Amino acid sequence: MKPAPFIRHVPKTLDEALKILSEVAGQDGRVLAGGQSLVPIMAFRLAKPAHLVDINEVEGLDRITSDGKTLSIGACVRHAAFHKPVVDNPLGALLTFVARHIAHYPIRTRGTFCGSLAHADPSAEWCLVAATLDATMVAQSTRGERSIAAADYFQGIMSTALAEDELLTQVRLPLLAPDAKFGFNEFSRRAGDFAMSAALVTYTVQGGKIAGAHIGVGGAEPSPRRMADAEAALNGQAPGDKAFRAAAEAAASAIDPLEDHQTTGEYRRDLVRAVVRRALENSVS
Amino acid sequence: MTAPAKFVGRSVPRLEDRPLLTGQGRFAADISFPGQWTMRVVRSSAAHGVITSIDASAALALPGVHAVWTAADVAHIPPIPFRLTGLKALEPYRQPVLAKDIVRYVGEPVAVVFAQDQYVAEDAADLVEIGIEQQQALMHATDEPGAYTEDLNTEPSVVRKSYGDIDAAFRNAHAVVAFELSIGRHTGVPMETRGAIARYDQARDILEMHGAAKVPHWNRDALAQMLGRTRDSVQLYEGHVGGGFGIRGEIYPEDVLVCAAALKFKKPIKWIEDRREHLIAANHSRQQQHKVRAAIDAQGHILGIDDEFFHDNGAYMRTHAATVPDLAAAMLPGPYVVPAYRAVGHIRLTNKTPCGTYRAPGRYESTFVRERLLDAIAAKVGVDKVEIRRRNLIGKAAMPYTLGLETLGTHIVYDSGDYAKLLDKALDAADWKNLWLQLLKRRAAGEKVGCGVAMFVEKSGLGPFDTVRVEVKADGAVEVITGVASIGQGVETVVAQICADALGVDYAGIRVIHGQTDRIDKGMGAFASRVTVMCGEATRLAATKLRDKALNHAAQLMQTKADALDIVNGEVVRIGGGASMPLGEVARSLPDGLSAEDTFESAHMVYPYGVHVAAVRVDAETGGVTIERYVMAYDIGKAVNPKLVEGQIAGGLAQGIGGALLEEFLYDEAGEPLSVTFADYLMPTAREVPESTILITEDAPSPLNPLGLKGAGEGGANPVGAVIASAIDDALGRPGAITELPVTPQRLRTILNGAAG
Repeated sequence: MKPAPFIRHVPKTLDEALKILSEVAGQDGRVLAGGQSLVPIMAFRLAKPAHLVDINEVEGLDRITSDGKTLSIGACVRHAAFHKPVVDNPLGALLTFVARHIAHYPIRTRGTFCGSLAHADPSAEWCLVAATLDATMVAQSTRGERSIAAADYFQGIMSTALAEDELLTQVRLPLLAPDAKFGFNEFSRRAGDFAMSAALVTYTVQGGKIAGAHIGVGGAEPSPRRMADAEAALNGQAPGDKAFRAAAEAAASAIDPLEDHQTTGEYRRDLVRAVVRRALENSVS
Repeated sequence: MTAPAKFVGRSVPRLEDRPLLTGQGRFAADISFPGQWTMRVVRSSAAHGVITSIDASAALALPGVHAVWTAADVAHIPPIPFRLTGLKALEPYRQPVLAKDIVRYVGEPVAVVFAQDQYVAEDAADLVEIGIEQQQALMHATDEPGAYTEDLNTEPSVVRKSYGDIDAAFRNAHAVVAFELSIGRHTGVPMETRGAIARYDQARDILEMHGAAKVPHWNRDALAQMLGRTRDSVQLYEGHVGGGFGIRGEIYPEDVLVCAAALKFKKPIKWIEDRREHLIAANHSRQQQHKVRAAIDAQGHILGIDDEFFHDNGAYMRTHAATVPDLAAAMLPGPYVVPAYRAVGHIRLTNKTPCGTYRAPGRYESTFVRERLLDAIAAKVGVDKVEIRRRNLIGKAAMPYTLGLETLGTHIVYDSGDYAKLLDKALDAADWKNLWLQLLKRRAAGEKVGCGVAMFVEKSGLGPFDTVRVEVKADGAVEVITGVASIGQGVETVVAQICADALGVDYAGIRVIHGQTDRIDKGMGAFASRVTVMCGEATRLAATKLRDKALNHAAQLMQTKADALDIVNGEVVRIGGGASMPLGEVARSLPDGLSAEDTFESAHMVYPYGVHVAAVRVDAETGGVTIERYVMAYDIGKAVNPKLVEGQIAGGLAQGIGGALLEEFLYDEAGEPLSVTFADYLMPTAREVPESTILITEDAPSPLNPLGLKGAGEGGANPVGAVIASAIDDALGRPGAITELPVTPQRLRTILNGAAG
């Protein structure tokens, strides 16, 4: 369980980090933040990066800021930072609720929000949050900075729009309406395991009817995404069992389910149906 | 005269805890010697194939690499011998220490690298190129046996056990219930992985192996034989051991390799298993498929049980040989009157990791089978699952009860028991009637909740002997030296408690030496829940002998008669008061010191028994199962330390739940293992293991030893699969729905869909 040899670089500034990354990107260089996914796969020698650019000592990457419209989460912000609400907005409570489902406490004290997005495991909770809430990823390299919409960012199992020399320096999440409702549910074999399916929902209620629904599903397809059919089934309806069931059914029908040796597509659909309905129930409980 | 028990029966604190909790533990990986080399095993990546080439040149060229071995380098070493239940027919199927010509499972050792440290060793292992011409893998024990060699097939032997007229039982049956049942492949996964550190002392011509566990004396003898040495020139040392569960401490190829290399290179050789290796290289267990049927009369009394099963032993026969299928067949009848019985167990080899024993070996499996039958009989006859068990239980008056079967070289004679009484106690502890009514109400409200009950007989205290020496040192310290081993179960505390009462000293001052082959010549080790029974009684005998010796000698010194003296808190005192003398002073006054040795021999095992009750909630949409209530009642004759017994039972439950709901070694059809990390092989965590109620009873002390002891190591695990299955059936309202362990959400959802469709 010892990794293959590698060189660890420890830049102190962002410019330095980007410069090193640009130099080693072509030689199988990888960014090391919390290391909760990368280090185990290195121990198994499933990944053998020749260079690690350790960004933990880079000044200023551990900040969470809000300008009143968006919440910006820096590259070194740990999962545990969300154990208490980080912003006085339903988004703060949403992130706190979701964070509790991420792995186990020791992992949450080390793993990072942006690292989870860069790793892009299909069932990662933060990836589901980013996809559902239409996050914007900020990628920087020596070539410059660009913003990537969540819908364009996730490109399959552990695959993203990030180029090899780009560092995901920040994720921006839009704040929710002050009266927004949210709900989350996931199913995993054990507490803290990767979800076999997970759902996150947000919406507001206007004149007794649901408006602006976002329904995201993770763990069921190669990447988490919003489920347009399910959202359409929910918008304009009164919150309640009938609408929730219809939305859950729409989501279950819409997915192209991941299958593995234990999990059939049919079972995955069953799970999606269950977690979407439960997330919706969770939003009103 | 023996002093009244001051320590036996009390939950005194563990003597083991101080070093462990203050960071003084010495586990295998903590042991290092100057100048040591690290060994890394290069393992087969193919499930079945012919080795066409091994190229180690790139590995050897790496700086820091000392040597690479293949089968040719260990050609002089025979395959690993059997420790238990070794039938002649099984011998051709023993595992070589390195694969020669053919590989038979993914993870089989093919070569070993010796290097300066673990990093270099792993780098080098990656560079060893093994050419394998793949062959068809045999992955199912129920498939037709395939060729093992030109002359042998993959069914090394068939276990057959029977008594009574089974054909008549079925001929005369009012009804027959039948099942096809399977138990998944899982195993004990100790926190500490395996490890072995060998060192050869040239000056004294002594080969040492550190990191021994479980059965150091047997392993010493076997290693000596395999390496062509005298037994006195091989010594094994047990340090702290982070869990055994049957799988740790058996001789594996790696143990032999470090020893052979230490002899060859005259360097200390260290090997520490990593977790991925552990999950593909250490013994697996449990995997069986049973085709079973029971003949019953109109009231649901069992007339006969007929079982044919297929035991998937993986690629080789390891040290346990036929132990697991033998025990499965021998223990299947359990606590019930079964007038006629027949079991036919096919031992089958497949291209998977080889198997051995795991806590309640053979019984986790056959209890599942038997208790599934009992539930099915209840449904067939239309009585509840408690009543059907009552009707079939062996009565107290029938004890001792000769089953008419043999296992592990002993006749099975249930030594004592009041099974019906324990069932009552367990149901009381579970508040069964109220539980039943509550669940009924919740089911009426649409919830899928249910409860189950399962009963079992365990076995423990396997002989044939244990020898203990007790010494009083010149400073008055008491040392107990035994050939058993500590795998974390509390041996030191329990043995000290028994010694303390017999001798008349404080248990906390007693040092218990175990697992050191250079301290005592013979020893049986720690397995089969044998230690408290066998070593406990040997300790009592030796300590009593020592006490007599001390009193006789002190009587001379104190100019009185021995029967006027007593030993209290380590002092020889006059009964009724007066002068006293510390035991250390008695020891100092004897030219040969103060010590005594005694042996306890036993030709029969002792049979504790238990009842588990569980209530579960099924999530119909996801197939998830939550255990809401769990009660375990276990009669072990006499609990030396109830708290430690509770620990044994609670730990066993966690492992039982693993096998019932979570843990499973899966393979693809080509033989590629799919459960090689803790992300894929799901151990229960604190969140999945419910709070439980543990009821230890002492209603049936064993008549086979004076303290009435029975072992307590395996009753927490034994019936868990059975009782969870029973409870899930109840929650679904479908008796007999569960036929396969573990009950994964996927499988349960399929069952639920089957009901809907």
